Amino acid sequence: MNDTSDSNDISSAFGRGGKAPRANRRVLPGFGLSLGFAVSYLSLIVLIPLAGVFLRASEISWEEFWSIVTSRRVVASYKITFGISLAAAATNAVFGLIAAWVLVRYSFPGRRIFDAIVDLPFALPTAVAGIALTTIYAENGFLGQYLYPLGLETAYSRIGIYIALTFIGLPFVIRSLQPVLESLDKEVEEASATLGAGRWRTFFRVIFPAILPAWLTGFSLAYARAIGEYGSIIFISGNMPLRTEITPLIIVQRLENFQVAQAAAVAAVMLVASFAILLVINVLQRWSESLGQARG
Amino acid sequence: MSIKAIQISKTFGTFKALENVSLEVPDGKLVSLLGPSGSGKTTLLRILAGLEFPDSLETSRVLFHGKDVTAAPAGRRGVGFVFQHYALFKHMTVESNVAFGLNSLPRKERPAKDVILTRVCELLQLVHLDGLGGRYPSELSGGQRQRVALARALAMNPKVLLLDEPFGALDAKVRKDLRRWLRTFQEEIKVTTIFVTHDQDEALELADEVVVMNNARIEQVGDPQTVYDRPVSPFVIEFLGNVNRFVAGVGSETKDREKDVLYVRPHDVELEPEDHETHAYALKAKVQHVFSAGNYGRVALERVGTREPFEAEVSRERLRELDLVPGRVVSVIFRHVRLFPKGEFLEADIRDGSLVASTSSFSAKTMYS
Ligand SMILES: Nc1ncnc2c1ncn2[C@@H]1O[C@H](COP(=O)(O)OP(=O)(O)OP(=O)(O)O)[C@@H](O)[C@H]1O
Ligand SMILES: [Mg+2]
Repeated sequence: MNDTSDSNDISSAFGRGGKAPRANRRVLPGFGLSLGFAVSYLSLIVLIPLAGVFLRASEISWEEFWSIVTSRRVVASYKITFGISLAAAATNAVFGLIAAWVLVRYSFPGRRIFDAIVDLPFALPTAVAGIALTTIYAENGFLGQYLYPLGLETAYSRIGIYIALTFIGLPFVIRSLQPVLESLDKEVEEASATLGAGRWRTFFRVIFPAILPAWLTGFSLAYARAIGEYGSIIFISGNMPLRTEITPLIIVQRLENFQVAQAAAVAAVMLVASFAILLVINVLQRWSESLGQARG
Repeated sequence: MSIKAIQISKTFGTFKALENVSLEVPDGKLVSLLGPSGSGKTTLLRILAGLEFPDSLETSRVLFHGKDVTAAPAGRRGVGFVFQHYALFKHMTVESNVAFGLNSLPRKERPAKDVILTRVCELLQLVHLDGLGGRYPSELSGGQRQRVALARALAMNPKVLLLDEPFGALDAKVRKDLRRWLRTFQEEIKVTTIFVTHDQDEALELADEVVVMNNARIEQVGDPQTVYDRPVSPFVIEFLGNVNRFVAGVGSETKDREKDVLYVRPHDVELEPEDHETHAYALKAKVQHVFSAGNYGRVALERVGTREPFEAEVSRERLRELDLVPGRVVSVIFRHVRLFPKGEFLEADIRDGSLVASTSSFSAKTMYS
C-alpha cells in the first residue's frame, strides 16, 4: 500500500550516514576512543610512577646496583617474600575454593554473616590486622599458647608471615570464584550425573575446567597482594635479617636512611620479578580459557 | 523397558508441582508429555530420570521394567536425558562430549580407547554429524548441538530416553526435520522414549501416545486420535487445536445449565448461504474477516444476536462458491459438537438438526436459544 513511502524512509535512513558501513565494525562503537583512554589512564596511574623507580635506580652505577640487589640480606628477603607469598596464595587457592563452593552451593544459618566476614581483610587497615594477629599468635596469645607447645612458633617467625599473608589474601580467591560458581549451569552437572559420572569426575572434568580461569585470577591477585604486603607483616614477623625480613621492609629501611637509589634498586628488582610472575600466570589463564570455555 | 510411575507427588516449598500423578509407558513406545508452561512436565521427567525425587519415597514409586528405582540416583537408572538447553560440556569437543559417558565407566567395564572412538563415530553418523567430532559446542548451530546432546545420551545404550523440549529452541523448519528424524530413529532402535513439549502439533504428529498435563495433574492419556477426537475435559479440547467455545443453555429455565459449555472445532463448522433452508436450527452469523492464505480459508464470524465471535475453516473452493465478504450474513451448521455439562463429557451430532447426545435430554433448541 504505502510501499513507496517505506522505501523512501529506508533509503534516506541509509543515505544520511553518507558512508558505506566499514568492515569489521563492532556492535558498540568507540573502540579507538576507549582504548586511547585506557592506555593514557594506565600510563598516568601505573606506568609513569613505576618508571620513576627505574629512573632513580639508574642513578647508581651498574656494579653498585648489582652488589646491592644480590647482597645476602636482600636475596634472603626475596626468598622470604616470594616464597611465603606463594605458599600463602596456594593455601588461599585451596581453601578459597572450598569456602566459595560452600557459600554458593549451600544455605546454612549465618551464611550472610560468613559472606560479609570474607571482605574484612580488605577493609581492615593492615597494621590493625598485623597487631591483632600478633596478639593472638604470640607465645602467650589466644591461639599461640596451644601452638607453641606443638613446636609451632607462630609469631616472629616465617610461620607468622605465612599466617598474615594468608589472612590478607583470603578474599581474592573467594570473590573471584563466587560469581563464576553462581553462574554455572546446573544442568551440565546433571547431564554428567545421568551419564554415570561420579561426584569427583563431575567436579574435575565438568566444573573445574569452567572455573579454572577465575580460580587462577583469584590466585594471582592473592599472590600479588601478598608480595606487596608490608603493614601487617612488620608486626608479626619480628623483622630478623636473613630470617624474617621481607623485601618491602628492606626498601622502607633504605628510604629511612636516605638511601633512595638503593631502595629504588631493590624495588626495581621486585617490580620486574612481580611482573614476570603475573605475566606467567596470565599466560596460564589464557591457556585455561582456550580450553574451549572462552569460546562458549 | 517399560516405565511405571505410581502416585508421584512433588512439592517445592508449599507449591505443588505434581499431585498424585500415575503413568504407564509400555516398552518401546514414543510418548509425549504435553501441557502448558508450569504444568509439571519437566518435574515429572526429572523424577523419572532420578534428578529429582518425589516427596515420599514410600507412597510414590517409579518402576523400570517392574524394578523399583524410586530412590536410585540418576547414574544408575540407565536413562538417557536430553536437556532443553542441551547442557553440553563447553570445554570439550563434540567427540569428548559423546565419549564422556563411556569414559566415566569404572575401569573394568570401560571399553578400550579405540572401541570408544569407533562407537563415537558411529553415533555421530547416526545423528548426521560425521566429521564434526573435533569442533567445540560453540562452533555448532542449535540443531547440531541438539543432536550432539542426543548422541551423548545414546552412547550409553540407555533403556529409556527422556527428552525435555528437545526442539524447543529451534526454528520451525529445523524443528520439523528433526521431529521426523527422531520418529524414524526411535522406530529403528526401539528405545522407550518420553519427550516433553508444549507444542500440540509436535505431540500429535510424533507420539504413539499423548499425555496431557495441566496444573500438576494428568488430564488425559491416549493416542493422538483419541485425545484430539475424544477429549475428556474442556481443558484438553481447548489445549489441543483451535476450538470455538459457546456457553450453552443461556436463557434456559434451569440455572445449572448456564455453566454448560459447547465446543466446536472450526473444521466442523459448515457455512451455507443465508437463505439456505435445510436446517431448522441453523445459526445466523455475520462474516467479519476472511483469511485465505494456506490450504484452508479461515472465516471469522460473529453470531447474530449474541455477538459471540467464532471461527470456521472451509476449503478454498467453498470459499469461492460462497463468495464471502465481510458483513455478509450466512447460515451456520455445526457438524460435530462436544458438550461438557458440569464437566461431564457428551458427544453430540446435530447433523440432522436435533442434538443427539448419549445421556442428554437437551434439545438443540435449548442450547442455541
Ligand atoms: N526447583 C524448583 N523450585 C521451586 N519451584 C519449582 C522448581 N522446579 C519447578 N518448580 C515449579 O514447579 C512448577 C512446574 O514446573 P515444571 O518445570 O515441571 O513445568 P513445565 O511443565 O516443565 O513448564 P515449561 O513448559 O515452562 O517448561 C512450576 O510452577 C515451577 O515454578
Ligand atoms: Mg519444562
